[in-house]
Amino acid sequence: MEEMERDPRVCVMGEDVGHYGGSYKVTKDLAKIFGDLRVLDTPIAENSFTGMAVGAAMTGLRPVVEGMNMGFLLLAFNQISDNCGMLHYTSGGQFTIPTVIRGPGGVGRQLGAEHSQRLESYFQSIPGIQMVACSTPYNAKGLMKAAIRSENPVVLFEHVLLYNLKERIPDEEYVLSLEEAEMVRPGEHVTILTYSRMRYHVMQAAKTLVNKGYDPEVIDIRSLKPFDLYTIGNSVKKTHRVLIVEECMRTGGIGASLTAAINENFHDYLDAPIVCLSSQDVPTPYAGTLEEWTVVQPPQIVTAVEQLCQ
Amino acid sequence: MSQLTHRAPPLLKPLSAALSASRHLTSASTAPITVETSLPFTGHKIEPPSRSVETTPQELLTFFRDMALMRRMEIAADSLYKAKLIRGFCHLYDGQEAVSVGMEAAITRKDCIITAYRDHCLFLSRGGTLLESFAELMGRKDGCSKGKGGSMHFYKKSGGFYGGHGIVGAQVPLGCGLAFAQKYNKDETVTFAMYGDGAANQGQLFEALNMAALWDLPAILVCENNHYGMGTAEWRAAKSPAYYKRGDYVPGLKVDGMDVLAVKQACKFAKEHALKNGPIILEMDTYRYHGHSMSDPGSTYRTRDEISGVRQERDPIERIRKLILSHDIATEKELKETEKEVRKEVDEAIAKAKESPLPDSSELFTNIYVKGLGVESFGADRRELRAVLP
Repeated sequence: MEEMERDPRVCVMGEDVGHYGGSYKVTKDLAKIFGDLRVLDTPIAENSFTGMAVGAAMTGLRPVVEGMNMGFLLLAFNQISDNCGMLHYTSGGQFTIPTVIRGPGGVGRQLGAEHSQRLESYFQSIPGIQMVACSTPYNAKGLMKAAIRSENPVVLFEHVLLYNLKERIPDEEYVLSLEEAEMVRPGEHVTILTYSRMRYHVMQAAKTLVNKGYDPEVIDIRSLKPFDLYTIGNSVKKTHRVLIVEECMRTGGIGASLTAAINENFHDYLDAPIVCLSSQDVPTPYAGTLEEWTVVQPPQIVTAVEQLCQ
Repeated sequence: MSQLTHRAPPLLKPLSAALSASRHLTSASTAPITVETSLPFTGHKIEPPSRSVETTPQELLTFFRDMALMRRMEIAADSLYKAKLIRGFCHLYDGQEAVSVGMEAAITRKDCIITAYRDHCLFLSRGGTLLESFAELMGRKDGCSKGKGGSMHFYKKSGGFYGGHGIVGAQVPLGCGLAFAQKYNKDETVTFAMYGDGAANQGQLFEALNMAALWDLPAILVCENNHYGMGTAEWRAAKSPAYYKRGDYVPGLKVDGMDVLAVKQACKFAKEHALKNGPIILEMDTYRYHGHSMSDPGSTYRTRDEISGVRQERDPIERIRKLILSHDIATEKELKETEKEVRKEVDEAIAKAKESPLPDSSELFTNIYVKGLGVESFGADRRELRAVLP
């Protein structure tokens, strides 16, 4: 909301963002303050309202597009990939597309396969877009502000289970850097790279690990494209062991790309092969226990660290 | 192109000073004459405009020159393609020039136009130069997109031309987005979102139309119906080829797209309508002489007789020529002179474009991101061999 007050070009588009306040109440009350044109309730037409956002961005507006669920944005993939990501390049720099595309995704709440998708892997190869994943109220606000102010199209991944988190955040205005990772817990024995909800599973596992005498360094990578290899590299040089814990699919996911990037750049610093724990390559099942087994759980993280540190 | 250069920003001058050419252009009178369009307009849920169009001798001569220039450019592009100087896809607009020229005559540079991949002539009419056009086609640095876009990605931000899009139909939601921005900024301008008869069957078009109608956006959807979606005739692709009616609750107008004056009248009418009442669909009944693209001979799905028939009876340039001659605005000889000058202009532009260098290898990485917030952004792996994204 601060951004909307600060810059009259910022507007929001999405299904039920206006009068309803957003399906996860992210845009609650915005329509009352800014009006129906700035907080636009769209019909259920993801492909075209994402296209409309891109068209509006070409003229200089700064739309924030909300996918009610990240999975629905698959319908807009052509617009996100071709028009959002590539227009700056194919027009030789004439047009910038300062859009933010955001929405909840991820597994949790037993929403079923189509509403619990982990789409980071699909978007990561699109040239021209930046991807960030927020995990705490503090970084959600900072990253959102940075994303709105950025001239590049940014896809902001939120997680369904994290909307109810409460945290004290500073009153002063702050904006975080879109390309920076967050050091959650410095340590000496092993680098654990994670993002979004898995951060909480990792921190839970870290408590157990500390009790067992290990000292894990936990980094929330936040920036999924491009990776903050500076922070990650410094950590690898210190601990020499890497564990990646993510909620993305195993095949072609963020972890797969990160493994390749670390191997290419920091191979000499590694004492052991990189271990990547991802969620299973299955559609998210409905049953509670099956859903839990789809994603990485803290005991698995503890076991992996123990094996890695042998 | 004197009328166009009046509206073009000072940076853009046509390649040749066009002094001698415009002698009869500038001396031509601006006394209004009224001409009837070849066919009446057909309306859907709207009262069509009158058939009588006001024009001036100067305007008619400008139309002739502009269309001749476009025709010459497209034919030159054909030869360049066959000489392998233009690669990839090349979709030519010859036969459809009237739509581009007529539309431009009815609007200002603040109005926006967005179209699909048959965009060379629209780029010209929006203030693009021949040099930028040929250089882009040949992938050179001086092209409008620095050689990185190609035939299907011509853009001219200063002229309100938003491209140049390869994926069929994807430009229509973008066009509605442009209209949304115009309404948001209270600009009192309109957007012409153009598409073809093939794209008319895309779902996103109807989604965008619904939203445009819902919010009264100043969007004018223009269907350039050249009757063939690549190789498929319109009656084989659409249950209802009356594209101007397919907006259902959105009014539509069917226009003879080979008649420049009819196009001008329709666009003027549509602009007034869109600013007051929201979206309207214009169906331009037009024809392309070339195949869908350079790899398509254009004769497997239609007969040569059909093509030559249209060329004889409905060619837009010939129509204007007859009009000019019958109103004694210029002589046959003067018109031939104009055509010769136009040809020379095109040849000079091609020669200059051929001299333009290929883009530098560092251009591979420019314009992927825009630098913002003062933070350095590297490629995903920060290796030395990747350039620092500027």
